[in-house]
Amino acid sequence: MKKADKFVKNAAGRTVPTLVNGEKVVPFKGVNGYKPKHRGAAPRVPTCIDYPKDGNKLVKTLKDALQKSGLKDGMTISTHHHYRNGDYIANLVFDIAAELGVKDLRWVPSAAFPCHAPIIKHLDSGVVHHIEGSLNGPLGDYCSHGKMKGLGYLRSHGGRYRAIADGEMHIDIAVMCASASDMMGNANGVNGKHPFGPMAFTKADVKYADRTIVVTDTLVDFPCYPWEIMGNDVDFVVVLDEVGDPEQIVSGTTRITKSPDRLLIAENCAKFIDAAGILKDGMNFQAGAGGTSLAFVHFVKKMMQEKGIKARSMVGGSTKFLVDMLEEGLTDYIFDGQTFGLEAISSLRDNPNHIPIGIFDIYDFHAKGNLAQMMDVIVLGSTEVDVKFNANCVTHSDGRMLHGIGGFQNCLLAKCTMIAVPSFRDRIPVIKDEVTTLVAPGELVDVIVTERGIAINPQRKDLIEATQDSGLPIKDIKELKAEVDEICGIPEKPKLSDEPVAVVEWVDGTILDMIRKVED
Amino acid sequence: MSKVATAGNYGKKIRSDCKVTLELRESGGIQVDLNSKVEDYFGNKIISLAREELKFFDIKHARLLIEDSGSLDFVLAARVEAAVKQLLDVDKEYLLPIIEQNKNETKKNRLRRSRLYLPGNTPKLALNAGIHKPDGIILDLEDSVAPAKKKEAAILVRNTLRSVNFYGAERMVRINQLPRGLKDLEMVIPHNVNLILVPKCESSQQIKEVNEKIAEIQKDNKNKFSVWLMPIIESALGVINSYEIASTKNVVAMAIGLEDYTADLGAARTKAGDESFFARSQLVNSARAARIQPIDSVYSDVNDMEGLKQNVLNSKSLGFDGMGCIHPRQIEVIHKNFAPTEDEIKKARKIVNAYEEAQNKGLGVVSLGSKMIDPPVVKRAQQTLKLANFERNE
Repeated sequence: MKKADKFVKNAAGRTVPTLVNGEKVVPFKGVNGYKPKHRGAAPRVPTCIDYPKDGNKLVKTLKDALQKSGLKDGMTISTHHHYRNGDYIANLVFDIAAELGVKDLRWVPSAAFPCHAPIIKHLDSGVVHHIEGSLNGPLGDYCSHGKMKGLGYLRSHGGRYRAIADGEMHIDIAVMCASASDMMGNANGVNGKHPFGPMAFTKADVKYADRTIVVTDTLVDFPCYPWEIMGNDVDFVVVLDEVGDPEQIVSGTTRITKSPDRLLIAENCAKFIDAAGILKDGMNFQAGAGGTSLAFVHFVKKMMQEKGIKARSMVGGSTKFLVDMLEEGLTDYIFDGQTFGLEAISSLRDNPNHIPIGIFDIYDFHAKGNLAQMMDVIVLGSTEVDVKFNANCVTHSDGRMLHGIGGFQNCLLAKCTMIAVPSFRDRIPVIKDEVTTLVAPGELVDVIVTERGIAINPQRKDLIEATQDSGLPIKDIKELKAEVDEICGIPEKPKLSDEPVAVVEWVDGTILDMIRKVED
Repeated sequence: MSKVATAGNYGKKIRSDCKVTLELRESGGIQVDLNSKVEDYFGNKIISLAREELKFFDIKHARLLIEDSGSLDFVLAARVEAAVKQLLDVDKEYLLPIIEQNKNETKKNRLRRSRLYLPGNTPKLALNAGIHKPDGIILDLEDSVAPAKKKEAAILVRNTLRSVNFYGAERMVRINQLPRGLKDLEMVIPHNVNLILVPKCESSQQIKEVNEKIAEIQKDNKNKFSVWLMPIIESALGVINSYEIASTKNVVAMAIGLEDYTADLGAARTKAGDESFFARSQLVNSARAARIQPIDSVYSDVNDMEGLKQNVLNSKSLGFDGMGCIHPRQIEVIHKNFAPTEDEIKKARKIVNAYEEAQNKGLGVVSLGSKMIDPPVVKRAQQTLKLANFERNE
């Protein structure tokens, strides 16, 4: 079986395969150009009498649980990433699979991190056939060099939920770690020894997988409440000494940047939404973690205080910073799919206005509504943008895989999507003629904010008009590019091979672009 | 003389700079080795620039190792030149073209509310300094440069003056204390520097020496670009002599450096600043007497914006026109708080309106309500309005 075959040019002008890992896929048809009519996934129908009457689903070891779940060659295994770079479970699952001699597994994590580097040996040995999920660090490097047997498959957070719910990605066994669980499998991420927050990324897995295993380091008496995972969706419960290291959740995401240039970018974003009339009482906005995003919220907060207004809701990843705003009355609600730090976890647990949300609620393109599209403004980062306002967040300019898509594509549905980037990094211009990898179609990117100026998508005449007398450094994107090229010089085009190593899916399930093998 | 020289900086935390290691050889031609994170994009450009520069210095046999973290051409060129000049006694300079934006002169009395200090040998900070809109940017050759790095810093500063867009900020250089500082002038004067800061200034004689040196350099270069001077008073003696210093030719502003001054005084520097009250008042008085701008010291706690604000308000109340800054985030606080307040503007507008009305009616005496207004009051009001509406771009 070829990793990828039958290539066509899609609506974005990108060459993409229509056969990926032996399965037919649909090329990108344009933004909002594809609405499938079929019915979605149908979960396995269990019967309660097949489960212990006392609700006790405890098994001794994860190996037992995997064996009882029928682990065998070719299966699809999922894990979630709420412990981020501190996750212990995925490595453990595939070590056990190797011990049992199982081959050709497909791993579909909600995201992978550098801590998952040990899985490379299982990719080499054939225990894991390929990964569908974000790839970065050592795994991204491995995939970029074409070493993975199957084609990598990058989906947004919402796209992953969609693929499971639409029946495109069937999970055989979901292994879900929880910071607290009871013997029945009622579980959450806010209690126990090592809480990590909400469990947004488990919802599709638990609902649609044939078997669900809950793994915890803290067994509590029935009922474990709040029950973000319901015990009646769970097959087995395993108690281990440790499931993850919460210290690794926060790294680098909870402090406002100190870089004067990035602060300037964040401040320009805040001034822009003020000038555009977006900053107003009752607004809804995404306020993610990460240095520049937090700085944006910091400036928005100051402006809100000066104007005496408050937001109706803010969408996390929440941090202490957002919690302070909730407690100071600067927002009525926090919607939260991921927390960073103990203050945010306690707030989520104890404050009824700090609401955990699932990925379906906020991001899924096939939901009957979508929180992201209700957002007044969302600020995103990128590795590259281009003069057509397209953006790339998954590869370097030389094509090496760097990040997963995360919620990036899903956020593009907001009323105003801003991309905040430095205009160059280490002499490499960020504004290109054409992005190396297409992740955000330009028609959905409204504003690009750099330290040297702000470019507004010409389609957004309303924003252009609203901000024309603002005194902000608003420039044509081409003018901005010329200014940066003048400083850096025009870079040579990196050499990329024709061999695909991964595809980038659009939120509707079509194939937006292909990532090529990197030559060293 | 050793046959191997290095210049520049390279390391995990260093960006936009490079370290070059030059080894002169007897034979074998030119070999350039590059280790760069931007090699895929700029590798050929970097190597051809380095080769061209070695050729310019008539070097025929050498190995050049470039360890690069995204340095721009002007940085690479400066590093190679610095390495060459450690090994060979050559006077000629490898100059890249001066960018259009750096050809302007500045006015004697332009706004100098904020002057941002940048270590002269750290190119990363210079690239984006101008976008933070300080009134002036100082490329420092004095205290922020290690003694062993003074020569390469001067070459880098020269190239920075020619190649980096400061987005309208006045291009300033702080030279070393005299006599070394006179040598620095040779490096920067022909390259459109707008203003020279003369540190640890204690007498008008020193300023005269600087003026003479500049005149000499400009004669050689047939370049009459106007170069202003800002002496920094950093000692008890300097404070005593401040009026004659301020009155010397080309001096447009005079700053006080409180770290050295308080050390000279034998007093600890405090946030309240009682120990320097006399010196600061004296400096303002001397500067005003000489019709130049009095400029305050820096506020060194970059995380304390409220403290900075109080410091600025205090400076303003003593009569200063501006102060130094060591972090771009300080600039806005400084500008905002040196600016006239709403009340000051309102009052000034009333006074100026009354004055203009009196002029129109041909009245000799200006009055506002029952109060008579003296000419100096009108002048100050006009100054306030000018400051409030000031557009920095000249």
